[in-house]
Amino acid sequence: MIRFEKVTKIYSDETIVLQDVSFEIKEGEFVSIVGKSGAGKTTLVRLIMGLEVPTSGQVFFQGKNVNEIDSSEMQKIRRKVGGIYQDYKLLPNKTVYENVAYIMEVEGKEKEEIESEVPKVLEIIGLKEKFNNFPKELSGGEQQRLAIARALINQPDIIIADEPTGNLDPYNSYEVISLLEKVNRAGKTVVLSTHDREIINKLGKRVITVENGKIIRDEAEGRFII
Amino acid sequence: MTRDMLTNFKRIFNFALNDFGRNKGISIAAIFVLVVTIMLVTGLVFFHGMAGYLTAQIQDKIDITAYFKDGSAEEDILNVKSQILNLSPNIKNVEYVSKNQALTSFSEKHKNDTALSDALQEVGNNPFLPSLNITTTGAPQQYEEISNILQTSDFSKLIDKVDFSQKKDTIEKVYSITSNVNMFGVALSAILILLAILVVFNTIKLGIENSKEEISTMRLVGASDWFVRGPFIIQGIFYGFTAFVICILISGFFAFFISPKISVVLPGFDMFNYFLTNLWIFVLIQLGFGIAVGTISAFFVVKKYLDI
Repeated sequence: MIRFEKVTKIYSDETIVLQDVSFEIKEGEFVSIVGKSGAGKTTLVRLIMGLEVPTSGQVFFQGKNVNEIDSSEMQKIRRKVGGIYQDYKLLPNKTVYENVAYIMEVEGKEKEEIESEVPKVLEIIGLKEKFNNFPKELSGGEQQRLAIARALINQPDIIIADEPTGNLDPYNSYEVISLLEKVNRAGKTVVLSTHDREIINKLGKRVITVENGKIIRDEAEGRFII
Repeated sequence: MTRDMLTNFKRIFNFALNDFGRNKGISIAAIFVLVVTIMLVTGLVFFHGMAGYLTAQIQDKIDITAYFKDGSAEEDILNVKSQILNLSPNIKNVEYVSKNQALTSFSEKHKNDTALSDALQEVGNNPFLPSLNITTTGAPQQYEEISNILQTSDFSKLIDKVDFSQKKDTIEKVYSITSNVNMFGVALSAILILLAILVVFNTIKLGIENSKEEISTMRLVGASDWFVRGPFIIQGIFYGFTAFVICILISGFFAFFISPKISVVLPGFDMFNYFLTNLWIFVLIQLGFGIAVGTISAFFVVKKYLDI
């Protein structure tokens, strides 16, 4: 599903963030990318989303070279990805309901489908009572749950979660990870980038460890060892 | 338009409507700046109308008078009048003033001035000469040209004098003032409009810059260019339209209430009537300016943030 081929990323100030990185993520996998802050985890995620262009090497998403496709094709790919971020990236001027509905509207879904699906997902995620609230009126945990609802609503092929528990307390972190596991059990691919040792060790799934821009370990049932 | 396009348009319109209402501070600031700008342009249109009226009034009052020799036959003078009318396309009007008309007009004008009336009585007969008053369509060179023709043509033997040279300086002065006022008006308008566009552009830019993160999130979840850009552009149209409604009302009230005062300074110029007669021009300028500046600003500012 995702393939990195000898990817190197060097920023304009000559900082080498990734060096000759190659790996593949197959459909239905739950892969954690771990490493210290600044190890290159976020750059990996940004490369998958087409937000960065590799200095050399190639990134493939469902067989397409991410950096060779045009802007409108990239937008279509992004609709197949459910993104969850540390800073939530919610739309501040839209209500809870509208934040989730927006994703379906972008996809061009029918009004009736939106009106039936959005409340269901918000109920599952525990935000049914907050339909008309704006993101700033929610707690950190609620905002992250809303981000997850938004990531799931279009039943994407893959969920990419970049430090999704970074701003959450242990209880909310556990809830978020449980949700991701549930999504993975339903057959979706999940890519989780984190530096939370406890979470990784509990998961018992594939772990790619990044250090100084290089992959130093890639284990099928890995642990957080740095 | 396909059904999908219509659905998308409806959604984009609703997003714009929601954002317009929810970002009240930005909306009010943008509308306020647009109102000030449009009123400035409207003021220039009013100024242009008044300056045009004033120029026409002054030019109407400038004429060349050809005085005929005492005893010239009216038939000959009227013959000269018709010849003058054919002299040049720049001649607007030729008015014949007979000896008696000149006396009547003078007496009427100075009926309260006893010294002049006494002096006229003293002379005994009618001292005025019959004349032709000639007005042209514009520039002072035309007056000079006509004055020269009058003095060199076949009928010059009937003419006693042409009083152009005394008026020459005044004519040139008035012409120079009116053409300077026009040039100054155009230059001032161009500068003010440019400044106004920059102010509106920057206000809208500040508003959209607040939404920079929002735009990047929209791109991140796969929204197409138009899905992101559309609501901002439609908001630009809302700003322009709201500003237009406010401005047309202000202009109407302003023209209605200030009209009597302007008439004192500029007799014969009815500002409210000018506004009503040129209403479509005011509507086009205000609506066109408001919407164009609002929309184009939004288009270019959002474009900057779409590239992710």
